[in-house]
Amino acid sequence: MGAGSKEKAVHKDKIEQRSVIQRFKEYCQGKDFHNDKKGLIASGKKLIIDIFRFLIIVGISYVILSPVIGIVVNSFFSDADAYNPMVYMIPQDPTTSRYDLVLERLNYWATCSKTLLYSASLMVIQVVICSMVGYGFARFNFPGKNILFACVVVMIVIPAHTIMLPLYTTFKNFDPFGIITLIKGAPINLMGSGAPMYIMTALGCGLRSGLYIYIFNQFFRGLPKEIEEAAFVDGAGVWYTYFRIMLVNAIPSVITVAVFSMVWQYNDTFYANLFLISSDVIIGMKISTLQATIANLDKILDPTIQELYLDAGIVLVMLPVVIIYVILQRHFIEGVERSGIVG
Amino acid sequence: MAKKRLSQEHNNTEVKNESAALGKEQETAAEAVNAAEETQKDKAAAEVQKGEPTAEVQKEESATEGSGKEEKQDKAPKADDGSSKKKRTMGLAARRTMNGYLFILPWLVGFIVFYLRSLILTIQFSLSELTVGAVGGYTLEWKGLENFIYAFRVHAEFKQILTTSIADMLIDVPLITFFSLFMALLLNKKFPGRTLVRAIFFLPVILNADAITAAMDLARQMMAGGLSSTSAEVAESVSGVSIDYYIKLLGDLALPDVVLRYIVEAVNRISDIITASGVQIIIFIAALQSIPGSMYEVAKIEGATAYETFWKVTFPMVMPHIITNVVYTVVDSFADSDVVDLAYKTAFKLGNYGLSSAFSLISTVVTCLILVIVCRFIQKRTFYYN
Repeated sequence: MGAGSKEKAVHKDKIEQRSVIQRFKEYCQGKDFHNDKKGLIASGKKLIIDIFRFLIIVGISYVILSPVIGIVVNSFFSDADAYNPMVYMIPQDPTTSRYDLVLERLNYWATCSKTLLYSASLMVIQVVICSMVGYGFARFNFPGKNILFACVVVMIVIPAHTIMLPLYTTFKNFDPFGIITLIKGAPINLMGSGAPMYIMTALGCGLRSGLYIYIFNQFFRGLPKEIEEAAFVDGAGVWYTYFRIMLVNAIPSVITVAVFSMVWQYNDTFYANLFLISSDVIIGMKISTLQATIANLDKILDPTIQELYLDAGIVLVMLPVVIIYVILQRHFIEGVERSGIVG
Repeated sequence: MAKKRLSQEHNNTEVKNESAALGKEQETAAEAVNAAEETQKDKAAAEVQKGEPTAEVQKEESATEGSGKEEKQDKAPKADDGSSKKKRTMGLAARRTMNGYLFILPWLVGFIVFYLRSLILTIQFSLSELTVGAVGGYTLEWKGLENFIYAFRVHAEFKQILTTSIADMLIDVPLITFFSLFMALLLNKKFPGRTLVRAIFFLPVILNADAITAAMDLARQMMAGGLSSTSAEVAESVSGVSIDYYIKLLGDLALPDVVLRYIVEAVNRISDIITASGVQIIIFIAALQSIPGSMYEVAKIEGATAYETFWKVTFPMVMPHIITNVVYTVVDSFADSDVVDLAYKTAFKLGNYGLSSAFSLISTVVTCLILVIVCRFIQKRTFYYN
């Protein structure tokens, strides 16, 4: 490439940097000798497309955000505001009394920290187990691999509710291979504790584990084999290679799976309901009875006002998830893109 | 070499001292190999210690000096140790096979115990009447297909709920797919504030708890009509502009009734569709970014317009991901459907476990059937680049 063409390129860049309005002015004044009508039309088209895109994005963002904004705003409404048809979006007489009561009724700090601990510990197990299984499927050849991987896909496709009854009976009378009957004389009842969830997650069958295994599998398949070969030649064992080399390289998908599993576990009420986990541990279940609690304990019988309390509760429940999301948002979305959901 | 001899001597004495301690002997054997600086062999020996059953089948591979000599050495004190020698020298491929099984072992156990067993049990439950015993156990009474017949012939709600769920899904899936593709195209271009917009679009995936969704639906209604929705109704009738007006307008265009109904449904569901397409948008964005730029260059050189480029380059290249998205959408929409609620209620509120299993099974079979049909349909039209 010669120097002349480079100059030309720079010149072209300069032209393209000018705005449409500027160009139009220059065109009217007869100054614009680089561009004819065609260029003007093209850049005008671009402007229209930009405006169009802007409008659509703003509109759809509004559709997504409006209920969230609505909930947040409503939680600050006073009783009078709720019935005043003139009040829209901005409370006339903002109050935080809803939060005071809801914090107490939800026992917020204790419940929330328990829920976070529960979902964080499950998240760690999910990441370790699912990445291990994903790695096993991605890098090793063994008989029956394709059939077994098809089973992973089956796990994704089969809804959890199909197997909920057998799961319930399994954990209600928990007795693996008759060991517990041998020791204690009777199978133990694991209902009401977090144990069933931990056991299932540790065996790679937790909440949406199939999806995580799939994500890790796709990601590991995309990594170059040379890294492992180098590790192998240097004398690293398979497990060392996996924990110290592959898992470190898989950070994008680790973040993706970590956020997904943390957030979904935090929000999950299906398994919590199924295993009868106490609502003192799961804030998502506690919120579902909040309205009744407020009606019965505090004698607030007006459903519209009850809604305002519920909104305050929802804001409090959403808060940790939103904070996690905002902190990790950038890594997370990049992670989803690179983590091989696409393959 | 001196080091090696030392360890071998050590080995001998140990065998004499505790002839029964096989594991320790192997450990020292492994040390001897270590001394010979054969890391690969070290791993083999270490794995032999684990004593995997699959290893025994493996034949001896070309034995190397270190382990070979050691073998001869070992044969002197103990003759009946032959099987462990074969293990020690198994091939690389076999070791990798074994490691592969080790890696997926936790999942395999879980899958068999929780999924496979549960599926079989569900089928069994659905074919019988389950009575919960006083102690906590249960007894099954064979009923044949009675539960299924009851579900379809007698149960008041099930048929209706199932068909509504399927209809909802059939309306949603194409809309979500095309909407998310469209949004991915918009968001793929660089513009200021792109990260923020992407974060907003992914927000519904994060906030998908039952309680939050219910509250959001309510809030959405309020946003649409204000807190007292009566005022909104009044306003509509005064200005004469309501959804009915637009439906009439479309009717005047002589659109076919089916199309008209579909459009109205789509408009009604716009917020559902937007909130349900977070993951799909991200998948499509990733797909778009994986298209090689050279293709667009070629299209530009050949003089293709933007419209042509989309249909001839972009669309075929994202085609394979449409299947991923459709599968995800179908599974997702069925997981939240009313059929699940019904099955849950039937089991845990009414105590009819057999019928609940039948409901679950029917909905699963229907989902899988739809998935297979849709995937076949799309796959036939899909273009695979590689």
